[in-house]
Amino acid sequence: MNIILESKELVRYYGTHLAVDRVSFEVRCGEIFAFLGPNGAGKTTTVRMLTGFFTPSSGTGLINGHDIVREPTEARRHIGVVPEEANVYVDLSVWRNVMLMAELHGIDKRTRTERGQELLEAFDLYDRKEHEGRSLSKGLKQRLMLCMALVSGPDLLFLDEPTSGLDVKSARLIRDTIVRMNKEENMTVFLTTHNIAEAEQICDRVAIIDEGRIAAIDTPDALRSVVASRRSVEVTFSDGDYQSLSPEGFQGVEELKPLSQGFKLYSATPGRLAQQVAASALEKGLEVQNIRTLEPSLEDVFVHITSGKNKRSENHE
Amino acid sequence: MSEKNNNIWSDQVHAALVVAKKDIRIYYLKPPVIIFGVIFPVFFFLAFAIGRPVPVEDMVPGMLAMALFFTASAVGPLVTPWERQAKTYERLITSPASLGAIIAGDVLAGAGFGVVFSAIPLIVGYVGVGATVSSVLPMAAGILIGAVAFSSLGVLLSAPATQSPSQIMMLANLVRLPLIFVSGVFMPITEMPVWGRAVAPFSPLSYSVDLIRAGYGEETYFPIGLSIAAIIGFSIMFFALAMFFHTRGRRKAVE
Repeated sequence: MNIILESKELVRYYGTHLAVDRVSFEVRCGEIFAFLGPNGAGKTTTVRMLTGFFTPSSGTGLINGHDIVREPTEARRHIGVVPEEANVYVDLSVWRNVMLMAELHGIDKRTRTERGQELLEAFDLYDRKEHEGRSLSKGLKQRLMLCMALVSGPDLLFLDEPTSGLDVKSARLIRDTIVRMNKEENMTVFLTTHNIAEAEQICDRVAIIDEGRIAAIDTPDALRSVVASRRSVEVTFSDGDYQSLSPEGFQGVEELKPLSQGFKLYSATPGRLAQQVAASALEKGLEVQNIRTLEPSLEDVFVHITSGKNKRSENHE
Repeated sequence: MSEKNNNIWSDQVHAALVVAKKDIRIYYLKPPVIIFGVIFPVFFFLAFAIGRPVPVEDMVPGMLAMALFFTASAVGPLVTPWERQAKTYERLITSPASLGAIIAGDVLAGAGFGVVFSAIPLIVGYVGVGATVSSVLPMAAGILIGAVAFSSLGVLLSAPATQSPSQIMMLANLVRLPLIFVSGVFMPITEMPVWGRAVAPFSPLSYSVDLIRAGYGEETYFPIGLSIAAIIGFSIMFFALAMFFHTRGRRKAVE
């Protein structure tokens, strides 16, 4: 499979602080690739280097074969960028914002007009095309930013926390459109997020970045297999003294995590454990609201990887 | 290879024009900017000219030069800080427009604004006191190349990595205001004190004023060819310095 983006040992310092430390990875044509990490992990800095906003302290990257340091304008011709913070021109209308980006990409008038109309319709903005950017809500601004990024027909779309702080409807519209464009137009998507469910739901591959370094990179399924032992039983109760069950005493429990009205028990044999919990609750007259066995999630992988690193650094200190 | 280079150049020229159009639409065609552009140079000039025994028609070249200087360099220092503040600067930088094209677009917008507004004292001078242009070439050079030099100076002043327009405004006034006192705006350079004559060659405004005076048929302090070369030199120097400081600012940028 062709590689559309290659990051080669990217390093970025802010003063003496090392924000991104020799980050290398590849993104394949047509995939949805997620950069997952906690706040301050280096996600946005990496994207800003790849999109040309920051110059790397060292290292480089290739976009469609164009070096981001030596041929930055050629590299940027192939990308669309939706940054984390809304940055539409508030004095310009929705339509002029979209046309401005198309003109900066050198798209001819006929093509940009057609594509602009299509995008505004797809993102439910066409009726607001004469509205000034300042009059839009956060969700509408986010949709407009996607239109601005997509109007040039990019091969690679960078999305930095695209659904952060949005209402459910706007977030779903954006996710659905990203997936549809990825499938229909074979557009590669590079997504940074700390929304693990989002990454799990739409991404082909995920890189976990922590403290400026890539900690793991693979498909969500393969990453989950790393923590196969993290299978669990989650049980919640309608009422009653469920603590009297003494859940830590059940056979096969490796770890207990309290929930607001119940608990989550980690075990290699969650089926058998669920039976034990149900029988014990019945015996004590407790009303079980919900009981289910869970396979390891990307969140488990994320916590496993990032907390493991934290423990290591604490030990070093 | 050369065709590819030609395409890159034409793409960047096109991008500069798009940036200039955007600047004019967003930052220049605003009532406060337009009013400031007209009123400030007029009142500033009158404050220094009223009461002095100078014929009104002799004030026209200075007023024209000052209007050009102030309008061409008025908004340029603020565009980048405004865009940094609104985060739209990131949008420009991540587009295929190079930094040079973005800066050139900002310069073009400022220069265009200055040229348009310099027409006001030109017309007022002609209609009001009969000040007629006797030599078009130096007048055109003084206005057109001067506008590019002053606008480039404005864009250079926007280079410090700040999001605060007020800080830049202070810096801009600190640089621009002294220049008008040492450039022969209020009196010909020949009539300035010795220290003024010594400093005048270091100001781009001196050459522009001199060319405009030549346009009105007055005597010049510098040879016309030298004035044209000097303003072109200042334009190139300001543009190159703007490129350098903007590039350095991005390398160091935290935001």
